[in-house]
Amino acid sequence: MITAERKPLEELLGYIAPYSRILLLGCNECVTVCAAGGRKEVGLLASALKMAARKSGKELQIVEHTLERQCDPEYVEEVASMVAQADAVVSMACGCGVQQMAMRYAKPVFPALNTKFMGGSERQGVWDERCAGCGNCLLGVTGGICPIARCAKRLMNGPCGGSANGVCEITPDVPCAWHLIWERLEELGQTEDYLEIIPAKDWKTAQGGGPRKIIREDLAE
Amino acid sequence: MKTNSNLEKVLAAGHLAVTAECGPPRGAMPDKVRERAAFLEGVCDAVNVTDNQTAMVRMSSLSASVIIKQAGFGLNPLLQMVSRDRNRLSMQADILGAYSLGIDTMLCLSGDHTKFGDHPNAMNVHDLDSIQMLQMVKGMRDEGKFQGGQDIKGDPPKMFIGAAANPFAGPNVQVRAMRLAKKVRAGADFIQTQCIFNVDKFEQWMEIVRKMGLHKQTAILAGVTPIKSVGAARYMQKKVPGMDVPQEIVDRMAATPKEKQPEEGIKICVEMMERIKKIEGVSGFHIMAIEWEEKVAEICEKAGLLPRPQL
Amino acid sequence: MEQFEPVIVAFCCHYCAYTAADTAGSQRLSYPVGVKIVRVPCTGKVDAKHLLTAFEKGADGVLVAGCLVGDCHFKDGNVKAARRVEFTKKYLEEIGIEAERLEMVRMSAGMGREFAETATAITEKIRALGPSPVKGKNCCCGKAA
Repeated sequence: MITAERKPLEELLGYIAPYSRILLLGCNECVTVCAAGGRKEVGLLASALKMAARKSGKELQIVEHTLERQCDPEYVEEVASMVAQADAVVSMACGCGVQQMAMRYAKPVFPALNTKFMGGSERQGVWDERCAGCGNCLLGVTGGICPIARCAKRLMNGPCGGSANGVCEITPDVPCAWHLIWERLEELGQTEDYLEIIPAKDWKTAQGGGPRKIIREDLAE
Repeated sequence: MKTNSNLEKVLAAGHLAVTAECGPPRGAMPDKVRERAAFLEGVCDAVNVTDNQTAMVRMSSLSASVIIKQAGFGLNPLLQMVSRDRNRLSMQADILGAYSLGIDTMLCLSGDHTKFGDHPNAMNVHDLDSIQMLQMVKGMRDEGKFQGGQDIKGDPPKMFIGAAANPFAGPNVQVRAMRLAKKVRAGADFIQTQCIFNVDKFEQWMEIVRKMGLHKQTAILAGVTPIKSVGAARYMQKKVPGMDVPQEIVDRMAATPKEKQPEEGIKICVEMMERIKKIEGVSGFHIMAIEWEEKVAEICEKAGLLPRPQL
Repeated sequence: MEQFEPVIVAFCCHYCAYTAADTAGSQRLSYPVGVKIVRVPCTGKVDAKHLLTAFEKGADGVLVAGCLVGDCHFKDGNVKAARRVEFTKKYLEEIGIEAERLEMVRMSAGMGREFAETATAITEKIRALGPSPVKGKNCCCGKAA
């Protein structure tokens, strides 16, 4: 899923300073799961913004709403009447949702979150980065562990000389991806595969090729 | 011979090779480069010129290499290049430039993470990793082709290509030897190892390396570092990831009076070199006397590596 | 000037602090009138949203009173509550409300005296801090800051 974290209140207050009627819009997808922008977080942020504004003598009117998915035009359409009543929209979706709103409505749309990474849940309340969306998945030859997303140097033929005791040199909180890959290859009896050199990556399929698009001819209208 | 590199010639003639390190200054100070390089005159076969070492901005490796080349000491710069700071276009452009300016020896590295340096906000490029960089440089030399597949015009840049190896890092010594195998296959003509303090562990690694026959396909230069003080020993033991400093070395430094510690550090270094010389498959030494270039001559002298062969 | 009487919303666990408050009453131990008790089945039920809403609606201080460590009837609701209190304190600081206006305390059902003492101590602490900085004219409690 896409993970995110709330922006500091001060930054958000700066964005909405000229406005008093705010639509605070959450999303029921990824950001709900990572507890950053679901219905509950919308409620918290609405309270917080109102109190912070009140402190400086301003009364904010905040309409709270959470969409099923903020990255789809059909759901974004649902809030047309709410947007009409608002001076500005503060979106608690990931960057995709924020842009969907901005593309649809001629009102200022501000992000309430910093979108972080594509990750998985390590345990309750902890998410870590797993996928860099490079567009040409290597997991089949790296034991199911991604060196692009999980090695600090994106080494495709690692581990580098900074791997020690299973952790990355940048911080002991980050496991060395190549250490993990090696353990997996051992577990699977595929250690000889490590000797295969993974050649220079074609970053065209990643961000190197500019903004990417997927078109499914059978579905596209 | 693949190249005109002095290092290649020394190795081909069967001598124990010696390389040393020279870090460019953190300012536009060509005199500083010459001053430091001067200490290495006549004591090494090639001088590693570091590339934004420890992720701190310094004079570029290429410029400092050219300054050293032109300084008239007869030194052969060994251009270090990290994949952290440039993509494949930039690397190849620099290789063409370096070769045009008479630099024929280089080292392909991934580089320390920016987190450790003075620009922690910078993006780590890593368009290629060090092994893919080796493949690229070899392709440029042996096939006359750019990494993208097109022909290089004129003479291909004939680089004698080096890589680094750390026998002491994780996950284990077996993986470290297998990684060396990948580097050799990718095109490493020579290898400079991480600083060796734990000679026993280095021997274990070399044993696997010999079993794989890698020492016959590449020249392994053992990395050594003289320790200046007990503080430096402790720092390397505890704070530098992938460094293996046995407690006995720290204890020996600690038992030495402060003013005698530099001398003791050099003594330890030379003793280790004597042990390493006896290990089958070692083709030379890479002496990393960080900010202590003036001691390289003394170390080489004591280790019986002088004078250097003139080929 | 009339003495400021702080409004303290106390989220009290049914199994401990709520009963302790009751015990205090039956022992005729008084505690400040501004302490408003909200009974919850477990402090684990108290969400950051409840805490913020209490402030938004005009509380000068908020108390979360749960069971002693190891005594939660729902295993670790009191531990979770303590983490939410810490999370909410950070949020309060961002808003500009002193974090010490929110507090977590632990007690057992029999600790009537402790409840009364805690309620009094917190009221005095908040009295010293003064009214909540976000208590405005428009809030439902009416009192202007």
